[in-house]
Amino acid sequence: MTVLSLRNLVVVVLLAGLLLLPIYAQVAGSPFLLTLFTRIVILAIAATSLNLIMGYGGMVSFGHAVYLGIGSYAVGICAFEGVESGFVQWPLAIAASALFALVIGALSLRTRGVYFIMITLAFAQMAYYVAIGLDRYGGDDGMILEARSRFAGLINLNDKTAFYYLCLALLFATIFLVWRLVNSRFGMVIQGARSNERRMRAIGFPVYRYRLVCFVIAGTICGLAGALLANFTDFVSPAAMHWTRSGDLIIMVVLGGMASPFGPLIGAVALLALEEALSGITEYWQIILGPMLLLIVLFARGGIDGILARLRHA
Amino acid sequence: MLLFIEQCLNGLQLGLLLFLLAAGLTLIFGIMDLVNLAHGSFYMLGAYFAATFAVMTDSFVLAALLAMLATLVVGMAVEVIAMRRLYGRDHLDHVLATFGLILFFNEFVRLAWGPEGRNIPLPSWLNTSIELLPGVPYSAYRLSIIVVALAVAFLLYLIVMRTRLGMLIRAGASNREMIGALGVNIKLLYTLIFGVGAALAGLAGLMQGAILTAQIGMGENILILAFVVIIIGGIGSIRGAFIASIMVGLIDTVGRSYLPEFFKLALSNEAAATAGPAMSSMLIYLLMALVLVVRPEGLFPAGGR
Amino acid sequence: MPEPILLVEQLSKRFGGIVATDQLSLAIPPGELHAIIGPNGAGKTTLIGQLTGELWPNGGRIIFNGDDVTTLPVHRRSALGLARSFQITSLFLDFTALDNVALAVQAHAGHSFRFWKPVRAERALRDPAMAAIERVGLADRANILVSRLSHGEHRQLEIAMALATRPRMLLLDEPMAGMGPEESARMVETLRELKKELTILLIEHDMEAVFALADRISVLVYGRVIACDTPENIRQNAEVRRAYLGEQQVATRHG
Repeated sequence: MTVLSLRNLVVVVLLAGLLLLPIYAQVAGSPFLLTLFTRIVILAIAATSLNLIMGYGGMVSFGHAVYLGIGSYAVGICAFEGVESGFVQWPLAIAASALFALVIGALSLRTRGVYFIMITLAFAQMAYYVAIGLDRYGGDDGMILEARSRFAGLINLNDKTAFYYLCLALLFATIFLVWRLVNSRFGMVIQGARSNERRMRAIGFPVYRYRLVCFVIAGTICGLAGALLANFTDFVSPAAMHWTRSGDLIIMVVLGGMASPFGPLIGAVALLALEEALSGITEYWQIILGPMLLLIVLFARGGIDGILARLRHA
Repeated sequence: MLLFIEQCLNGLQLGLLLFLLAAGLTLIFGIMDLVNLAHGSFYMLGAYFAATFAVMTDSFVLAALLAMLATLVVGMAVEVIAMRRLYGRDHLDHVLATFGLILFFNEFVRLAWGPEGRNIPLPSWLNTSIELLPGVPYSAYRLSIIVVALAVAFLLYLIVMRTRLGMLIRAGASNREMIGALGVNIKLLYTLIFGVGAALAGLAGLMQGAILTAQIGMGENILILAFVVIIIGGIGSIRGAFIASIMVGLIDTVGRSYLPEFFKLALSNEAAATAGPAMSSMLIYLLMALVLVVRPEGLFPAGGR
Repeated sequence: MPEPILLVEQLSKRFGGIVATDQLSLAIPPGELHAIIGPNGAGKTTLIGQLTGELWPNGGRIIFNGDDVTTLPVHRRSALGLARSFQITSLFLDFTALDNVALAVQAHAGHSFRFWKPVRAERALRDPAMAAIERVGLADRANILVSRLSHGEHRQLEIAMALATRPRMLLLDEPMAGMGPEESARMVETLRELKKELTILLIEHDMEAVFALADRISVLVYGRVIACDTPENIRQNAEVRRAYLGEQQVATRHG
């Protein structure tokens, strides 16, 4: 039981690497790295929020990317209608995501298992089609974000390095928040309900309302990631909430390690780095990634985090 | 009025296509307890196979039969190679593994057939219109889809309700342990059910593919619609899948063509033009939400626990 | 007789055409250890289900501690002080033993919408949990994952969890199922200690344990109580003997 287990070492190296990355990108003269990692960090925030409900709470939501879409549309629509202040845009993105999570959570959480997976997927698809139907805001094609959110001189999101550090700070805050949450009384209820729902009710917990609150918290955090995403891509489109994006988020969480604080971050780095690497080999890289997923499911339970934890004993 | 009849027929046709997808899905859910996202890939493969066979054989009907056979074989192969190892695993594992299969099949099709869509040429006897009622012409091909799908539905009904195989399937859908207790070769039964499900999806795909074109990812959106059907109908229930399919097909098609008009009555033209398309695509999901509130297990839950 | 803590009146439950509970009435005074026995299929599990709220009866009333709880949901009954153990072990397998019991304590320590304070440092939850674990003799196993504990230890932990909710009454559904003689003897000891402070409704197949512990015994056959008396009198009761020894006769009489 050394403190410096392989697993901790990897996390420490990863965090240090993320902190120093802009400097390295500058020195190495590869601004592309900074762009790639800004994307990774934003999606890691979304994956961390998914981990809260899926990893700790056992609620397999296949529609989590919908909040990425809602968050980015909140920013995009505000900007389109002439409201460019981030102090309005971002709280709106968060509030809209929370409200949507409350409504679909209240409906979906009445069901279990396969039903829950399909229903969250279906509601996300509904939002996707609604966005396509929004002709005023570009419909199918989406719309360009004319200007990034303004924060009254506090931070300039057009500065790539500053934007990266803002995303990174929000990621660390999210990981810390989720970690505190799951180790609180509330977190015990959520994890107990994953482990044995029937027993939770028998000892006196009204499970439904705790799950719903958890679902809303996760959606809210992911909505913030959506606001970041819109500012990052300077573009808002239904593609942000396409169902394959929800699938990507699930992969990140499982690949990194469910119910582990840094798992989603590790998974996000691994998946996007893998995509980069594979697409360097062949244009048809998904023909490799697909079967890899199958193999991971069949043989690598517990994800990367689980493997690292086991390697300690080797 | 003419338009309304036509829209109803189109809705019925969409509903029946959905049923072909949903019937396989709901049985696979009910019996093997497997979430199969890759079911839409069989839909796509059916269309591409048909496009190729149509060129080779110069006969649409022959191509359709061959394509169904090919998807049956692919489906059974997928079951033997991958799915078999997933039974009894977590639903999340199913989601991930079959998501991987989707990526694989999409890319495979892109490699094998190229990124552009493929047309499935129709023979001239299908490529006409028939006068259903005096003054109501309707596409002969769309009508044939309705007829074929109804025939398949009827055949499925006969198999499930009247044969020993069907008895096993029904027993399995409501109580999984029971099939094992009856001493049936479960492995073979599962492979067969999976293959037939794939072939039905392939049939739906090739029939739709002849109206539009065979395209990469064509099975994904309709798969999610099929999920909605299953949620409404109840997992494991063929009857539920049938009724819910027709409901979803009709409401979606008719809603899309009339809701925007309806909105114009209540809202300004501009607002109606914005809200109409967005709202009409929400209709079936609202239906799903409504069913969830009233009956969380769907309209016809199998097993009736 | 003092006011009963649990009063069941004319309880009926049908599943389709099958009558699982048939006009069943029971009155259990505070402090009693009341055992329910009966052949398989007598409706014991259905009865427990209705008492805990997992099943709702078709007719009749359940009064607990003066409140009508007939249609109250499971968690509300638990909050009123009616705790149960499960026939099939139903624990949080990926939690430690202490976490399991602490969660049961937490269930009755106000709402759990507390998002920030580390729960494993809360003395208010950990201390009573540890006390309950000590009472069932699992103190040295407290920090072990439940999935690694033995079957007998699981059953003991079940009792500790029921205790941790500080109940007025315990419903024990076959606590000795699947236990070896040594484990059973230990469970009988634990229950003997508990009955000094709590009202207990015990459903159990182990007749030796039932007759050693119970103040009164109700015999359930085909969903109705055919006898309710002290262990000595039940042993002598002719109808009970018939129900247990001559299933055949009983079946013809009912069928």
